[in-house]
Amino acid sequence: MATKLPPVDVVIVGSGWTGGIVAKELAPTGLKVVMFERGRPQDTTPDFSGPQAHDSLKYSRRLHMVQDLSQETITFRNSMDQVALPIRQHGFYWPGTNVGGSGAHWSGLTWRWLEWEHKMLSGTVAKYGKGIIPEDMNLQDWPLSYAELEPYYDKFEKVCGISGKAGNIKGKNVPGGNPFEAPRQNEYPTPPMTASHTMMLFEKATQNLGYHPFPVPTANCSEDYTNPDGITLGQCHYCGHCTAFGCEANAKASPHFLMLPLARKNPNFQLRTNSTVVKVNLSSDGKRATGVTYVDARGRELEQPADLVVLGAFVTGNVHLMLHSGIGKPYDPKTNTGVIGRNYAFQGGGGAFLLLDKNTFTNPFMGSGALGTWIDDFNGDNYDFAKAGYIGGGGISIGSNSGDPLTYHPTLPGAPRWGKGWKQAMVDAYHHVAGIGHQGAVMSYRQNYFDLDPTYRDAFGRPLLRLTFDWQPNETKIMTAHSAVCQEIAGEIMGRKPGGPGGPRAIGHFNSAPYQTTHNTGGVVFGDDPNTSALNKYCQSWDVPNVFVLGSCVFPQNAGRNPTGPVGALAYWTAEAITKKYLKRPGALV
Amino acid sequence: MTDEATTDRRTLLKLAGLGLGVAAVPTAAAVAAQGEPAAAPPAAGGHDMAGMNHAAPVAGGEPRPGYVFLNPDEAAFVEAFVDTLIPEDELTAKGTDLGVAIFVDRQLYGGWGNGDRMYLQGPFLEGTPEQGYQLRLTPNQLVTAGIADVNDHVSATYAGNSFDTLEEADRIKVVTALESASIDLPTVPTRYFFNTLFQLVMDGFFADPIYGGNKGKASWKMLGYPGVGEMYADKIAEWRNRPYRVDEPLSIQDLM
Repeated sequence: MATKLPPVDVVIVGSGWTGGIVAKELAPTGLKVVMFERGRPQDTTPDFSGPQAHDSLKYSRRLHMVQDLSQETITFRNSMDQVALPIRQHGFYWPGTNVGGSGAHWSGLTWRWLEWEHKMLSGTVAKYGKGIIPEDMNLQDWPLSYAELEPYYDKFEKVCGISGKAGNIKGKNVPGGNPFEAPRQNEYPTPPMTASHTMMLFEKATQNLGYHPFPVPTANCSEDYTNPDGITLGQCHYCGHCTAFGCEANAKASPHFLMLPLARKNPNFQLRTNSTVVKVNLSSDGKRATGVTYVDARGRELEQPADLVVLGAFVTGNVHLMLHSGIGKPYDPKTNTGVIGRNYAFQGGGGAFLLLDKNTFTNPFMGSGALGTWIDDFNGDNYDFAKAGYIGGGGISIGSNSGDPLTYHPTLPGAPRWGKGWKQAMVDAYHHVAGIGHQGAVMSYRQNYFDLDPTYRDAFGRPLLRLTFDWQPNETKIMTAHSAVCQEIAGEIMGRKPGGPGGPRAIGHFNSAPYQTTHNTGGVVFGDDPNTSALNKYCQSWDVPNVFVLGSCVFPQNAGRNPTGPVGALAYWTAEAITKKYLKRPGALV
Repeated sequence: MTDEATTDRRTLLKLAGLGLGVAAVPTAAAVAAQGEPAAAPPAAGGHDMAGMNHAAPVAGGEPRPGYVFLNPDEAAFVEAFVDTLIPEDELTAKGTDLGVAIFVDRQLYGGWGNGDRMYLQGPFLEGTPEQGYQLRLTPNQLVTAGIADVNDHVSATYAGNSFDTLEEADRIKVVTALESASIDLPTVPTRYFFNTLFQLVMDGFFADPIYGGNKGKASWKMLGYPGVGEMYADKIAEWRNRPYRVDEPLSIQDLM
């Protein structure tokens, strides 16, 4: 039996962006708040300081900041008629662990999603009619509009010191920014980062082709910046050790230094590391959470009673806790009913190889996780779905991210990958090649979902979360079309006809083994209808109103852009609903 | 410890801009991997370190480090494998002289080699290729079992020899056959064995020298990589389209 601890007011599961934002916003209330982190303590100093912070074997290959699969993993299958098997080694996504979560090892691309991306169903039907939506596609709207969320996007950008160039301020087009972006109230808090040579080649080529390039908005700060909370971010070093690493300069906005110091101003805030929450406990009628059960560093099972439970784990962690705790009706793909596990989506990708001449020098080691130039001409609903034959697009970009030879040692086409001639082929390629990539939206489908695995268990004895996912024709079409655009741009840069190596990622079935992206969405989606959503517009459980769930698990489908912008904005939105509404009158807010 | 796709994708991810959340782009490297194997270098003499349970001498006259995990037969195999992948040429010394075999030994002996962060609970079913690695073997079990398998194959095919005693041209033939999985190993799937050991050797060649490989930062100097200590905020614009080089790249050890 678990030892029962004295009760607290609020339990927060996870120390990443969402939990950090809620803890920080709750600090002025002085409530007793306990935050649980399954991983180790870590901070900029001492963990990310010194030359060891750039140890690419430790971080990029051994994935020191990514979850320990011996403790928790998921099982995977492409379709319902298969037996799902566990992801035994790090595969298609890298969920963070340790203090700061994925927010400590992320790259830093920080988008506002387009207006359409907040209303994919109604926006699509209004333009094209219902007939364009495939029967198995669970297209759903967000329960709040871009306009409602705009002030929270603004807040998150200011706290993180996002570097970028606005394209649309209060409906007015601003040169140099993204002409497709939704109206913003303000310019970005810091100017865009310095472009690399390859980014400038991409910019010129895409302009020649009639597209609209702009600098990616980054959480790698372009200059020293003090945010509205009084916390200073340093200027990015462009050191090329960003994705999968912690940042020694505090240039990469991360919750461990932007949120937790402020959460700690509350004397009643406590962070318990090496502590895994295994279950949300419910009252006997199942209508109220009574707290959580967790396993501490010594392996003891402890019960932490609380009045309010906020789930801020990674997508898979939140969905797992909801299913294992019995909060909300599990999704049934056969009848398309139930809500927990519904509408899982991933992202597509692909691209083109850019072979530059010997007199062109890329200096690939000068860069950062988010440094890049992007076009949105084929993203969101910025083109004609009826003409294209698919719904939802993607971003196309070039990045200057890392030239660390451990993970970046390309060769010229046709070269051997070992032995005689291999080293020379690398030398010839290292300073003279680049890649153009695309990141594609993935819609949600009846057959792509989470549930609990019938066979495999985690280190705590719980059934593993089971994922069933495969590419669908809509997404394969996006990836094929966008790979062709990447080839077109590569051809324009190289001054020759498009063609050569490169292509869509999705050839055949979705493969869970190679890393692709960490941008998972869905499973505990929010909405206006309790029959198709687990949460209301304040990310509050319809079934157990003292449980709030945050992160990209609430998105009803995925977009062709990175999720952290709306994840942060929604955490502020929900934190405000908790402090201004829920705490005054605990209960269902809708 | 990855399937073939992973190895190629990882390289590619950085190329395409992993940071951009942009995904894998099939590169020339990936395309090349499917193409013709490397031409055989001129045959060299037999492997003189065979059967000796210490590593080849490293550059700089340091004492020979001994192996902590590999037994003498396995060590001889790994040394021969390393030097087949990374032969001496005008660009670098051969892999064993760069500490790559020692790197492989230490990695296999450590937490990763013992599968410390893998999910290793059964049941163990074969699964589909899309379900990834499903063996109950840890990386060091996989590699040692594969070495024994390959040596059995070599012994049967080359009149009682082990892999490390083969002429260079024959070693290249065997490695090429392993890479294309045209040899079917009895204990471990050929692709998993080859890709795991291949990746380890690559990591030993490119990783920071603090792990025992990449002696003298040989691969970094070869590529013109300035090392881990540089900051480019005030250089990225100035050096656009001009080759930025340093005389001596800096490693973690250099900066401590």
